[in-house]
Amino acid sequence: MDELLQAACAAIQVRYDADLQEFRGEYTLFLTPETVVDAAQTLRDEFTFEMLMDVTGVDYWPQLEPRFHVVYQFYSLNHHQRLQFRVPLNGNAPSLPSLAGIYASANWREREVFDLMGIYFDNHPDLRRIMLPADWEGFPLRKDHPLGYEEVQFTFNVDEINKRKRKPGRYEK
Amino acid sequence: MSEYSEVDLEKFKHLLSERALIGETMVLNMGPQHPSTHGVLRLILELDGEVVVNCIPDVGYLHTGIEKDMEFRIYEKAVTMTDRMDYLNPLGNNLAYCLAVEKLTELDVPPRAQVIRVIVAELQRLNNHLLWMATMGLDFGALSVWLYAMREREFELDINELISGSRMMTSFLRPGGLWRDVPVEFEDMVRHYLGMLPRRIDQYEALLTKNEIFLDRTKKVGIITKEQCIQQGVTGPILRASGVAHDLRKAQPYSGYEQYDFIIPTRPEGDVYARYLVRLEEMRQSLRIIDQGLKKLPYGPVRSNNRKIVPPPRSEIGVSMEALIHWFKLWTEGFPVPKGSVYATTESPRGELGFFIESDGGTKPYRIHVRTPSFEIIEAMPIMMRGHLVADVVAIIASTDIVLGDCDR
Repeated sequence: MDELLQAACAAIQVRYDADLQEFRGEYTLFLTPETVVDAAQTLRDEFTFEMLMDVTGVDYWPQLEPRFHVVYQFYSLNHHQRLQFRVPLNGNAPSLPSLAGIYASANWREREVFDLMGIYFDNHPDLRRIMLPADWEGFPLRKDHPLGYEEVQFTFNVDEINKRKRKPGRYEK
Repeated sequence: MSEYSEVDLEKFKHLLSERALIGETMVLNMGPQHPSTHGVLRLILELDGEVVVNCIPDVGYLHTGIEKDMEFRIYEKAVTMTDRMDYLNPLGNNLAYCLAVEKLTELDVPPRAQVIRVIVAELQRLNNHLLWMATMGLDFGALSVWLYAMREREFELDINELISGSRMMTSFLRPGGLWRDVPVEFEDMVRHYLGMLPRRIDQYEALLTKNEIFLDRTKKVGIITKEQCIQQGVTGPILRASGVAHDLRKAQPYSGYEQYDFIIPTRPEGDVYARYLVRLEEMRQSLRIIDQGLKKLPYGPVRSNNRKIVPPPRSEIGVSMEALIHWFKLWTEGFPVPKGSVYATTESPRGELGFFIESDGGTKPYRIHVRTPSFEIIEAMPIMMRGHLVADVVAIIASTDIVLGDCDR
């Protein structure tokens, strides 16, 4: 493990009570929505992880606690090191604070996560849909969203399918 | 008719200046069908006379749900989806995806496959930069550059066709190696290409580099500083044209890039002209890498012999029962992948291309996310455009070398 990475991991583990996991040479810190902004600020200012490369989400439906993980990829330009943050989130319409104030590149990446996964980012400057049309209903990258087809309705299952169809505003906050 | 012809100001209220809301500046829609936006990019320009005050990019017109689609395919078959994202760099996308799967399964790749991967990835870089130069010439009104660069690109597509049978949607690289070994003509064709291209690149330089009109339109246009690039997550030639010598092929080498001798071209200016020079030099460096690759191309297998992941050769199916079983299982059920998540990156012609794959231990990826470089570049576009003329907008879009399939996925 690189010195910088070790120092950064140790500092964040101690200060923000984070869990460290290693898999295939990649290091992941598990944080909570309350600590992620401060931890990112620390990472950028003290440990020169000046680029936020990626923000994405993973849906563990039907598990609800946690249902989502939001994954951040940080990169240190001078030391060529990568570090991951993971923030587990509970419930069907979760929210966490935005990193757009610290890393400008978080702006669109968080919009994408909001658009496709339905995770709300508080204090985001411009939380609109980015890939899908503004009037789209539902969040297609969730695991309970079908893959672009409609189930064939017969008389024996028409009620059941109608019950499953999403109602407008189901995921609204 | 008014609702059809005007941009809905209410929707973009928080992004526009107050002057736009009282009608002092004009809000103009550009695209998504504009010939100079390189795909289906829509820009909402706020103009004060001819000067761009602000620009709001609007993407998503090419969103095809590739990430969702890949979740329903086994790992071997999901390769085909990666070609269709960045259609100017199909083999590079295959490479990034294969590296991610190989990292997850800890699969080894034979040396011959590694070298061929490097060669084809660099050929893709040439292909991409040639098309970028062609379209940039077109946007500047230099039609002859378009014709010349497209002519040379055709040779590269012929090589794609030779090795994979397809000119663009190649799916040639697979987890564990290549789809098959390259034909015997491959080396000759690449050598012919290498012999031809340096002089042709000099010809393009003669057409553009010292061209008075070209210089007027490119120098000090669309400047983005080093700090802004880092803040916005912009990587690739744009970052290098702003003075940061960062290239993942050197910083975090993959596929044996550490054995090749090449330099990272940089320029301090950060304008359109600097990006042009950086890409031009990158083409020359790519030629050097291909040359070194051809010189040391070893003989041997091109696919890993881990039969639990890589299907056996066709020749064994008739004589070996195990081979038949493996063939059948791997193409129907696929191979199980250990539980966990990885993030593998490569340097695509546009910047950092990263594949985030999360596996739940099954034969299909649980979640795939692609970190594509064009997305960040389009996000950073307003920074380059503010304060320039409408005519420069086209030049700036051309210099960023975006692919909307890459951005929208």
